[in-house]
Amino acid sequence: MTIPGFPDADPVGGLIGGVLIGISAAVMLLGAGRIAGVSGLLARATGIADSGPPWIMALNFIVGLVLGGLAYALVFGPATVSYSPSLPLLAAAGLLVGFGTRMGSGCTSGHGVCGMSRLSRRSITATMVFMASGIVTVAIANALGWGW
Amino acid sequence: MKQILTLISGVIFGIGLTVSGMTDPARVRGFLDLFGAWDPTLAFVMGGALLVMAVAWVIQPRMVKPLVDTTFHLPGTRHIDGKLVGGAVLFGAGWGLGGLCPGPAIASLGTAPDIAAIGTFVLAMVGGMLLHRLATSKS
Repeated sequence: MTIPGFPDADPVGGLIGGVLIGISAAVMLLGAGRIAGVSGLLARATGIADSGPPWIMALNFIVGLVLGGLAYALVFGPATVSYSPSLPLLAAAGLLVGFGTRMGSGCTSGHGVCGMSRLSRRSITATMVFMASGIVTVAIANALGWGW
Repeated sequence: MKQILTLISGVIFGIGLTVSGMTDPARVRGFLDLFGAWDPTLAFVMGGALLVMAVAWVIQPRMVKPLVDTTFHLPGTRHIDGKLVGGAVLFGAGWGLGGLCPGPAIASLGTAPDIAAIGTFVLAMVGGMLLHRLATSKS
């Protein structure tokens, strides 16, 4: 199914994937009593964050994420992806994402999915800001010829 | 039990990110490319996830404790400060530049379509987290 005017959009895949992400976050919340925030769990799993869930629990979630990607690839074959051909650009992007998510206490999952659905003012603010920042960055990057 | 539950949660999350196409940086950038060929897919992903989680947040206060723990561990911070906003600005810039956020980047290690590209991003992301810790730790 496609949306008229947006031939590249995948609303069905997006919705199914989104519901799965929601179920996962709900399992974390109602099962383990924790927020499924990937940046926080990653910082905990790598030993960078001192506070948060027990280390082994964070590690389990992160390993599960990798296994989930692997399971998809085994069943459906490799996912369609298109990365920037510039490794320095990817390194700069990674640095900004790592530093920014720690400074802002969350990313698309923690603030975007878990916090916004909780109607947290902090998370709604953070999500609006990082989306706006992303939109401006893409516009500038494309103008500079850094898109791909 | 707690360990199995978090592992399963991670697996479902990873499958969801891949099924939704969010592991493709070009698609994520397409959503942020409001002034170009806009791709609304990410809005459907966010919508689906928010719908389920909104129900979970209605159930949560009615539970005395989570299924496999003795208490809920939820963030209680309420104030909006410069750290929150500044961090979100930096994160958004990196997200727009590379088209990757933490979840899809980690799940992509499993699909491993281009290990040099995704490896570079993930290593730099962990480096950025470490840098933040070093910059904020009191010595």
